[in-house]
Amino acid sequence: MATATSTHSEQTTVVAGKTIRILVGGSGPPAVVLHHSTGNPGWIPFHEALAEHFTVYAVDMPGYGQSERPDWAREPRDIAMLVNRALARLGLDGVTLIGTGFGGFVAAEMVAANDERIAQLVLIGAAGIQPREGEIMDQMLIDYEDYVRDSFRDPATYDATLGASAESLKELWDFSREMTARLSWKPYMFNRRLPHTLSEVHTPTLIIWGGADNVIPLDCAHQYRDALPNATLEVVAGAGHLVEFEEPAMVAKLIATGVTA
Amino acid sequence: MFIGYFTERPYQDPRSGYFGATGRDITDLGISNGQYDAKLGAELYNRYLDEKVYAEEMGFDGLMLNEHHSTPFCMGGVLNVEAAILARITKRSKIVLLGNVLPIWDDPLWLAEELAEIDMISRGRLVTGWVRGTGRESVAHNSQPPFNWERFQEAHDFIVKAWTTPGPFRWEGEHYNYRYVNPWSRPYQEPHPPIWIPGVMSRNTVAWAAKMRYPYVMLATEMEPTKKSFDYYEEQARENGYESDTRQRGYLFKVHVDETEELAEMAARKYIQGPSNPFLEGNQGNVRSFVQNLPGLTQRNNLLPTVESFAAAASRGRLEQHKEATGEKQDAADFLGTFEQQINKQSIICGTPTTVIPKVKQVLEYLRPGSIFFWDGDGAMTHEDSMRSLRLMGEEVIPAVREISKELDLKSPFDTE
Repeated sequence: MATATSTHSEQTTVVAGKTIRILVGGSGPPAVVLHHSTGNPGWIPFHEALAEHFTVYAVDMPGYGQSERPDWAREPRDIAMLVNRALARLGLDGVTLIGTGFGGFVAAEMVAANDERIAQLVLIGAAGIQPREGEIMDQMLIDYEDYVRDSFRDPATYDATLGASAESLKELWDFSREMTARLSWKPYMFNRRLPHTLSEVHTPTLIIWGGADNVIPLDCAHQYRDALPNATLEVVAGAGHLVEFEEPAMVAKLIATGVTA
Repeated sequence: MFIGYFTERPYQDPRSGYFGATGRDITDLGISNGQYDAKLGAELYNRYLDEKVYAEEMGFDGLMLNEHHSTPFCMGGVLNVEAAILARITKRSKIVLLGNVLPIWDDPLWLAEELAEIDMISRGRLVTGWVRGTGRESVAHNSQPPFNWERFQEAHDFIVKAWTTPGPFRWEGEHYNYRYVNPWSRPYQEPHPPIWIPGVMSRNTVAWAAKMRYPYVMLATEMEPTKKSFDYYEEQARENGYESDTRQRGYLFKVHVDETEELAEMAARKYIQGPSNPFLEGNQGNVRSFVQNLPGLTQRNNLLPTVESFAAAASRGRLEQHKEATGEKQDAADFLGTFEQQINKQSIICGTPTTVIPKVKQVLEYLRPGSIFFWDGDGAMTHEDSMRSLRLMGEEVIPAVREISKELDLKSPFDTE
């Protein structure tokens, strides 16, 4: 099923009896984007920037946004299995898989399980690994709007980037964290088994991290780089956790360059 | 009529910044236990037990305990320990737990064993009650809020089976799994201790309690929402093919009795001083709404008749101020209802026996509960304040309430037909 707009169209596919919604736009090799735990706000500037190089598939992960909730899902690995299956259903190969924040956790679980369809993995401020120092910021103990604000490099950038649309996104944030609480309540945002399984993943991987990420310590980027045999790390100086919201063109270019290199 | 006594057992430390609301931040889940003084705690635990013993002596049918975690307003984190002690040091009163927070137990078999022991040591005086808990409880014991209601129901089903079905049996549930269920100690009462369900806001829970025919105890909610909840229970009972009556209705409310009107007011003002429950009107503490409304803890379309986003506080008297205030003032208005407002609305009943008895009668006439609990000795009230009130309740209020209840035909679950 597809609904076209000027920049992108909307597709759905059914996996394990539940509908998954995907926004599709651009042209070129496929890039699948997995959103943060706060859900996908729509066709965002980052998608638009990527669409210059890729056919972008912005997936609402199962249980988030417009994708139906698998009530039985209990951990990010369950979502990874469903999204892997969705890629197969859509017949996508040679995929650049881009996971942001919690979506990075899911992306890492996906390649750990099966990386046959994945040409390149991109992890942006990815959750999934326990930091050796510090903690992953706990969104459950703060207001959901404050959590998003703290995910930017500073409040002014939040206002400039999302300020106008924040009101319309609050419902999405509030709704999304319920699904996150179903999947990653404890341990919060990491899986101790994950780094061990990543050691077998030889997929070229680009790790992108905001140098001023308040949500997930930079140490997690180092651990991803060390766990994955074929990974490089790009730290965007001064950027926050939501680096692809703050610097969409730059991040898209880093990814496109990584693929052609 | 069943008449019980309750206090939330606050941690009273006059030296602390938050006692008596001196302007220091007393945000819920914002106070470090680094300030806790165990020697003071020891005095308070023993004081509250002594007051319960005296309450029995003064003729109360029930001694009620509750449970909260990580907060100074209630020291009953492990109410089963207090209940076990009462089981041994009291003789006649029921020990009423309202209640254990079922969903936060990862091993409900352990809870089944503890409650069975309390029932035996008390020789069958346990009334067990189960709650879903507030956001605070889910945070404190890190229980996943979206599965709170499922875990509540499964833990209930499991414990009742563990109490009533000879073991060993196996339990492979959604949230609990046991390969060998065979607790050696089983409850004293047959088939098991009575189960009462306390609550404030969940329609799910009321409907479920009605289906199970468990008495539902409204916890210090305002009169009108309480009445509506009882009506909803009645409606649900009918859907389940029976007529509910006073035996299924319980109500907890604040009553303080004293020797003079002046003394009564002086003591009752202390309800809203000290580290009292921040969900109660007049409290100077702040609630963190995002902790209270943890993701998935309560389905938003399943709240009792009050404003949805503010149900717990609103059902306890903050709705009007909430509506009247605007913007930033709204938060303050929600929590700063004055003592006078509460007296006017009968959220607090205080006075001499002569003035208190008619007010209690009004509550009984309007709500027609078969079980009531007087909530006293809270906030900044001293041991002496509590003891004066308990004595006068025993000498004058309880006998009068029993007479009134007979006139009104208010039967409790323990009154035989």
